[in-house]
Amino acid sequence: MVVGAAPGDENRPENTADCRLPTAHSFYDTSIMKPAPSALQESAGKPIPFWHNPARRAVVYQVVALLITASIGWYLFHNTVTNLQRQSIATGFGFLGKEASFEIGESLIAYSASHPYVRALLVGLLNTIKVAVVGISLTLVLGLIIGICRLSSNWLVSRIAAAYIEVFQDIPVLLQLLFWYALFYESLPPPRMALEPLPGVFLCNRGLIFAVPASHPVYWAILAAFLIGCVIVFLMRRWARRRQEKTGEIFPVVRVSIGILIGLPLLVWLLGGRPTAMNVPELSGFNFTGGMSVSPEFTALLLGLVFYTAAFVAEIVRAGIQAVSKGQTEAAMAIGLKPWQIMNLVILPQALRIIIPPLTSQMLNLTKNSSLAVAIGYPDFVSVTNTTINQTGQAIEGVAMIMIVYLMMSLITSLFMNWYNRKMALVER
Amino acid sequence: MTVYYENVSDIRPPVISTGVIGWMRENLFNGVFNTILTLLCVALFVKIVPPLFRWIFIDSLWVSTSAECRNIQGACWSIITANYRFILFGFYPYELQWRPTIAVLLLIGLLLISRNRRFWKKPLLYAWIVGLFLMGILMQGGFGLRRVESDQWGGLPLTFLLAVFGLAAAYPLGVVLALGRRSKLAVIRVLSIVYIETVRGVPLVSLLFMSAVVFPLFLPEGVTINKILRAQAAIIFFTAAYIAEVVRGGLQGIPKGQYEAAESLGLNYVQTMRLVVLPQALKIVIPPSVSILISAFKDTSLVVIIALYDLLKTTQATLSNPNWMGFSSEAYFFLACIYFICCYTMARYSRQLEKELGAPQ
Repeated sequence: MVVGAAPGDENRPENTADCRLPTAHSFYDTSIMKPAPSALQESAGKPIPFWHNPARRAVVYQVVALLITASIGWYLFHNTVTNLQRQSIATGFGFLGKEASFEIGESLIAYSASHPYVRALLVGLLNTIKVAVVGISLTLVLGLIIGICRLSSNWLVSRIAAAYIEVFQDIPVLLQLLFWYALFYESLPPPRMALEPLPGVFLCNRGLIFAVPASHPVYWAILAAFLIGCVIVFLMRRWARRRQEKTGEIFPVVRVSIGILIGLPLLVWLLGGRPTAMNVPELSGFNFTGGMSVSPEFTALLLGLVFYTAAFVAEIVRAGIQAVSKGQTEAAMAIGLKPWQIMNLVILPQALRIIIPPLTSQMLNLTKNSSLAVAIGYPDFVSVTNTTINQTGQAIEGVAMIMIVYLMMSLITSLFMNWYNRKMALVER
Repeated sequence: MTVYYENVSDIRPPVISTGVIGWMRENLFNGVFNTILTLLCVALFVKIVPPLFRWIFIDSLWVSTSAECRNIQGACWSIITANYRFILFGFYPYELQWRPTIAVLLLIGLLLISRNRRFWKKPLLYAWIVGLFLMGILMQGGFGLRRVESDQWGGLPLTFLLAVFGLAAAYPLGVVLALGRRSKLAVIRVLSIVYIETVRGVPLVSLLFMSAVVFPLFLPEGVTINKILRAQAAIIFFTAAYIAEVVRGGLQGIPKGQYEAAESLGLNYVQTMRLVVLPQALKIVIPPSVSILISAFKDTSLVVIIALYDLLKTTQATLSNPNWMGFSSEAYFFLACIYFICCYTMARYSRQLEKELGAPQ
């Protein structure tokens, strides 16, 4: 706007906008922050009080909001510092280096009570990740099965799935955890009378104990073979797609992939001398030795989380598949695709776009709910931090660490989500 | 050979495609795979249901001592019948337990009345305010009633109060946060986003821990707030973030024309929101709000972790009584029924409402 333009020149577009300002634009609209107040006053002929100027008002509101937040923050900070001084609690993360002096029931890395707190917390974090990873995989499988059952044309199957979804959604997950845990230590026999549902698999109140192949260098080679197989399959899929786009010939990708993924490790096993020795659990004294054992706490936590979350996943899967319009199926049938092709090429790609975002938030929920482990004594991150808080009195640091860990997980998930959404977004002409 | 009918309406459809048989052919035995599935399901039913039925009804004891329960195969419902007053009301003084009973009935009555959309007017709002106030007096005492400190509250009333007060107090906060997140003022928007995303990113347990161990440090010297109120505050702050996201969804569903129309009428921001946008947006978000109430109701069980005597904790306390140790299945089953009935009713209502509101007017 030209400062000093003739007053009363009402036809200039900026000017009309200016005249509308005081009433028509509310303070949330800051898109018209440009006109300088002095020009405003001149063009309107009389001074406009600053509280009628949305741009100025916006600044005032923001400053006030900031001031209120800052003063609340300062007040809380001040109280906290005073209280901590009064109780003579030292702040800071110095305690992390001190000896933890408490045992942890299960750990993925070597740990004993003489290790420092930071290592105890790492054990907790790894346990959280362990239960989250196992839980998410099982939940996806179970949720997918139930979601598809819910859509089954078989009335009985669909009703059972519906009942499952209702019942498990409507009972608090904590109650489910406690129920499974109670079932474990109340209903199952002690190790001496352990149930043996399958040969080599024992179920007792010390958990689930099963036989695993005895360690042998060949297993590492098999793992490597499997990973190499994955890479080959990935490259082959790309090659097959290119070839199909060019020549129209279809390569049997699925069958060949399965062949490679199973065949390659099998070949390595055969060449590596076919080790078959098993590490079978045996009863010695009051407990089992050998084999792999899963603690009752972990199993109860896993069962509770998986059954609860799978109900939500099933609903999401059902809704996603139903959201793909029937015309898509009919069109696919009309061009002669086979049923599995319809599912694979037409329905799933569209359904996944709807399914994945709520699915990720359910996975995140599962991870957050794993913090309920503290109620049944599984040493997850929250549980270990809770013990640390009780021992050291460093409540603020402890709660802050819990929050940061979970926030990081949400952040990583949402980054993944953004990437995925960009990748999957409908490309429209 | 051809059969001629005098009247076409005399021709009946074949028996095997109508009635029970037709329905079964269509829904249970269409194809080999489905037939196998049906048979498997029936087998599963036969294997599970009769023993469960025996456990619940036939071999069970309903009123007995715990010693008698030790000798039976079935469920010992005596743990419930003998301890139901403690499970439902916790440490509330025994002779005054009619008060929480009335409070809970009042709440259920209000919820039932609110189901009906005909009553969704101002009087209902006043009824809620008066009702919640009355409930507070009934629980707390005063006005001639004996005072009961809130650390003696427990059981079902506590669960209900935490959920309902949590939602009621979180709603205004959530609406403000949602508006803040949609605001064009950068500072306000950023503050809202930081709050919402932080709270949604952490588990409720961490907020409850905070209310239990960190919150007392925030208060000036000499001021203390009791544990229930602190937990209630944590639930409110937690729920508000989720409500904010739901309300934001509603706000995004309002067409831009509505904002522009309000502006062209010369309404300011507060008027636009209060008179034009929020009434429409909040109507859209009623069904998801019921879902939040359901989650809040289920989440109240987490206060067990900071040792508040809600429904779940009173049950656990009963189970730790040496007399009644070992009957967890029965106790948790009973509790699951209570939670299921409450949540299922609300969920059904939410779905029905969604259908009604979604239907073309």
